[in-house]
Amino acid sequence: MVFVSEAQLDARRMLCPMPVIRTQQKVEQLHTGDTLAVLCTDPGAIHDIPAWCRVNGHELIDIEQKDDEITIRIRVCEA
Amino acid sequence: MKDARKAVALISGGLDSLLAAKVIQQQGVHVEGINFYTGFCVEGHTHAIRKKDRAKPKRNNALWVAEQLGIKLHIVDIIEEYKDVVINPKHGYGANLNPCLDCKVFMVQKAREWIEKNDFDFIITGEVIGQRPKSQRKDTMPVIARESGADQLLLRPLCAKNLEPTTPELEGWVDREKLHDFEGRTRKPQMALAKQFGFEDYAQPAGGCCFLTDAQYSHKLADMWKARGDRKYELDDIMLLKVGRHLRPRSHFKMIIGREDGENKFLHGYRKQYTHLFTTSHKGPLVLIDGKIEEDELELAAQITARFSQGRNADKVDVEIHTLAGESLVRQVTPIAGEAIPREWYL
Repeated sequence: MVFVSEAQLDARRMLCPMPVIRTQQKVEQLHTGDTLAVLCTDPGAIHDIPAWCRVNGHELIDIEQKDDEITIRIRVCEA
Repeated sequence: MKDARKAVALISGGLDSLLAAKVIQQQGVHVEGINFYTGFCVEGHTHAIRKKDRAKPKRNNALWVAEQLGIKLHIVDIIEEYKDVVINPKHGYGANLNPCLDCKVFMVQKAREWIEKNDFDFIITGEVIGQRPKSQRKDTMPVIARESGADQLLLRPLCAKNLEPTTPELEGWVDREKLHDFEGRTRKPQMALAKQFGFEDYAQPAGGCCFLTDAQYSHKLADMWKARGDRKYELDDIMLLKVGRHLRPRSHFKMIIGREDGENKFLHGYRKQYTHLFTTSHKGPLVLIDGKIEEDELELAAQITARFSQGRNADKVDVEIHTLAGESLVRQVTPIAGEAIPREWYL
């Protein structure tokens, strides 16, 4: 049986690339199949976090934007 | 057969590091990228703040380069450790507060630590002899290799033929004949190689990708150190130096004045850590006071705040002031005249 977890990361008020760096650090602590929801306010993250996922082989699940807050969900894939 | 050799490439997001990595990748070496975030990096921050910059492509150039190359990119936060490089550069500064040579030594040293930890074989950079006046010279190349501890494991594929052979060349991990001999400030060989590889739309930073090479930014940083009597900084300090108009009416305080909505919004996030002012009768900026402002100086700060509001020509402008102590008060002031602001107040 595989246990997966749903982690959250608060990167609000951080400017890129800090949300990307924090995402990278958080993902290092997670396991394949885990999901991570990154909460941020810098619109640059909408481009940078998906780019980081593509480059490092992780999956972008979705991006939700509500007022000034953005939630980016990703799934950790095997390195 | 032995697995492919592994190299880590310092990726700034510019053309040279892109080409250097590609040249080595083409020789069958497994390449991954490493990108260091110092807090002074130009990309990232400013596009998120100012509206006028929002129209520009919002990409992180280092990630873009990694994607072009199809390599992994490790972004490393060196904000804390980097302070010592900025404050005490052994080799001094360039034209502004840019410690380029110490910076390069530091980054290559971090890359050396990284390859040891991750079992990689060597390091590559996009350095070209003569490309930068402070750090990329024939005499500084060995200094970087030596002081970083990378020594013979540091390969510069774009100018390797003009340098002594390194371990990757001597051991036959790469073919020296297929490396390059670029030299000088010209960008033509790089542009030709980019064309050959089919790279388009690469970043062309003027004067590097670091705020410390910017004269006005360095002036503001030097002013901050002088006013505080201490050459220290926190990440918030160096972020705020990138935002707004900075005016220092007195040696013990300066004003950070938002220039447009994007900046006001950004400054808004800092308002609880600073005495701050804004106009209520007219549309205007959010102003943070950095330093210690005296009670009898609030009037002047309010007049300056009014000057940068849409009420600059009005007889009276209402300004709300929130002090660090948590008090709030409203002052009705006449905006200060433009000519009453000495030029030297502007940082």
